[in-house]
Amino acid sequence: MAQVVPAEAGLQRVIGDGAAPESTVDGLDDPDLLELYRDLVLLRTYDERSVVYQRQGRIGTYAPFWGHEAMQVGAAFALEREDWIFPSYRESAVGLLRGMSPATVLQWWRGHPSGWWNPGDYNVASICVPIATHVPHAAGLAWGKKLRGERTCALVFFGDGATSEGAFHEGANFAAVMRAPLVLFCNNNQWAISTPVEEQTAAAKLVDKAVGYGMPGTRVDGGDVLAVYQATSQAVARARAGEGPTLIEAVTYRMAPHGTADDPSAYIDTERVEEERRNECVVRYERYLRRHGLLTDQLADEIRAQALEVMRASIGVVEAEPPPDLSLIFDHAYAAPPASQAADLAELRRVVGEL
Amino acid sequence: MAELSIVEAINDCLHAELERDPSVLVMGEDVGRAGGVFRATAGLRNRFGPDRCVDTPLSEAGIMGTAVGLAMAGWRPVCEMQYDAFSYPALDQLINHVGRYRWRTRGAMEFPITVRMPYGGGVRAPELHDDSPETYYVHTPGVKVAIPSTPADAKGLLAAAIRDADPVVVLEPKLHYRTERGEVPEGEHVVPLGRARIAREGSDVTLVAYGSMVPLAERAAAELEAEASAEVLDLRSLKPLDEDALLRSAAKTGRVVVVQEAPRVCGFAAEVAAILAEKAILDLHGPVLRVTGYDTPYPYWQLEAAYMPSVARVRDAVRRLLEF
Repeated sequence: MAQVVPAEAGLQRVIGDGAAPESTVDGLDDPDLLELYRDLVLLRTYDERSVVYQRQGRIGTYAPFWGHEAMQVGAAFALEREDWIFPSYRESAVGLLRGMSPATVLQWWRGHPSGWWNPGDYNVASICVPIATHVPHAAGLAWGKKLRGERTCALVFFGDGATSEGAFHEGANFAAVMRAPLVLFCNNNQWAISTPVEEQTAAAKLVDKAVGYGMPGTRVDGGDVLAVYQATSQAVARARAGEGPTLIEAVTYRMAPHGTADDPSAYIDTERVEEERRNECVVRYERYLRRHGLLTDQLADEIRAQALEVMRASIGVVEAEPPPDLSLIFDHAYAAPPASQAADLAELRRVVGEL
Repeated sequence: MAELSIVEAINDCLHAELERDPSVLVMGEDVGRAGGVFRATAGLRNRFGPDRCVDTPLSEAGIMGTAVGLAMAGWRPVCEMQYDAFSYPALDQLINHVGRYRWRTRGAMEFPITVRMPYGGGVRAPELHDDSPETYYVHTPGVKVAIPSTPADAKGLLAAAIRDADPVVVLEPKLHYRTERGEVPEGEHVVPLGRARIAREGSDVTLVAYGSMVPLAERAAAELEAEASAEVLDLRSLKPLDEDALLRSAAKTGRVVVVQEAPRVCGFAAEVAAILAEKAILDLHGPVLRVTGYDTPYPYWQLEAAYMPSVARVRDAVRRLLEF
């Protein structure tokens, strides 16, 4: 089998290839194991349908996360509902794991204001587009909760490229100095658009950066949902015990374009992509469940059909929603809008009418 | 009433606001043990503890970025940027997040973040301790900007900023931190954002100024007394802007000179001139003139007196306008 990453040393795994005995994960019973599968299928279906909707012109530019589902599902499953998740655009649909409707996220990618949710409803922060700039937000929230004496912790998702940004450094350092209950979750898919991780850093492993911040780091197979869950659970336990932040480097390989406007054939090793796709995270977990007698064809079909139905209903909902009112250009920029905004809106309505 | 300097009034305000609201915290470089490099936060750490007057890592973007998360956790952070030009690393956070997050949540979450910093030149300092960066902040949607010129306003505008539901940048005229003294109300004192102040009444020309340019405009007006009756309008807050006060004064005098320390191009004086062109053109007897810094890096301090707007330059502009 191909190596997932060049440097395999220290890469934690739970799911095996079926040949050797597999370890189990504490704290997960059979219903949990199936819930993880439902979550994986929900995100996979969301992602695949979104690419189709983009091709059909029903949503705008979209950043696929095909192959990243195990990282998002495994990490989110290790959190409690009160804990906060700070997503980048690669985790745009992570709110689905907290009960958010896919319609909301689809609207985000359609450029409709109803795509912006209230973070407080799900404890999922707004999708962060500029790279790594949400790392300090997560550090601040975790620190702020700790100052209030609450047991809430935060988890922030970012990619390998984000570790080159100043905001990653400042957020990680702040969290460490304040001993903030934070999990820094790096999804190292080895590509920042077209730049390979070897050109992103001279560090042997991204997780090595943890040493410089005085925090522990864990390197885990990002295609192994159980290993991700386990590593995140350990980091969350440390955070709740007042021991501060942990850096998790989850290693995978980007098997989809950076975005729907990207053509990776210009830079990526397509044979490697094909090879990785044969062992991608949802298939690997399906095999695991079947080996343990937890998944039948019928159940898998049911779960997939349910997810597809949710997506069909959601795209219907968003396409039935009227276009946003022009007032939404101005609303909510300030708690008390300046007088000029009413005049600007009135002028806009007079000149352009309505959408 | 106590007679205080500007920096003492700021310190007084912070004590009053931390006392009043347990969700207010002060954070920044050297604000705790040292009490701030200008002593604006002196005494807070002893009184309110290290969790409410936080010495942070040397990390301006980290301060502004964690303030976003602190606000999400229910805090009202008051961030100190040690100097004007040191705030630029935090612009990324300010533009991309601080000013946008409320809008992003469609008003569901508030980001009552205050950012205060000493600004401006004339203090014989090394490079990048002299900038007037207000335009960057005013231009950022979702962010308000206040600039006091008196001790009473330094206290009152900062209190208004801390209590505001939106992020507010408060630029403090470091040139006058200790030289301007005045009566400051004791206890809680709030000067609402968006209300300009007539610092001196006049009838022939209006000198529009804010921050450290207000005392300068007042001196120029005094020196011009024999030639013209100059009104000095202290804007106090650039956003929201008291347009009514500006238009009233322009209508009264018919002549406007705007004084700003920052470089000229796209500075706030240009905005004032544009508003007057759009809304007061028939009230004006001549063009709106600007007295500003130049479009260069702020100079070596041996040249700063010539670079900064001066009484002589303001007087020259007023004379040109009167002769127009």
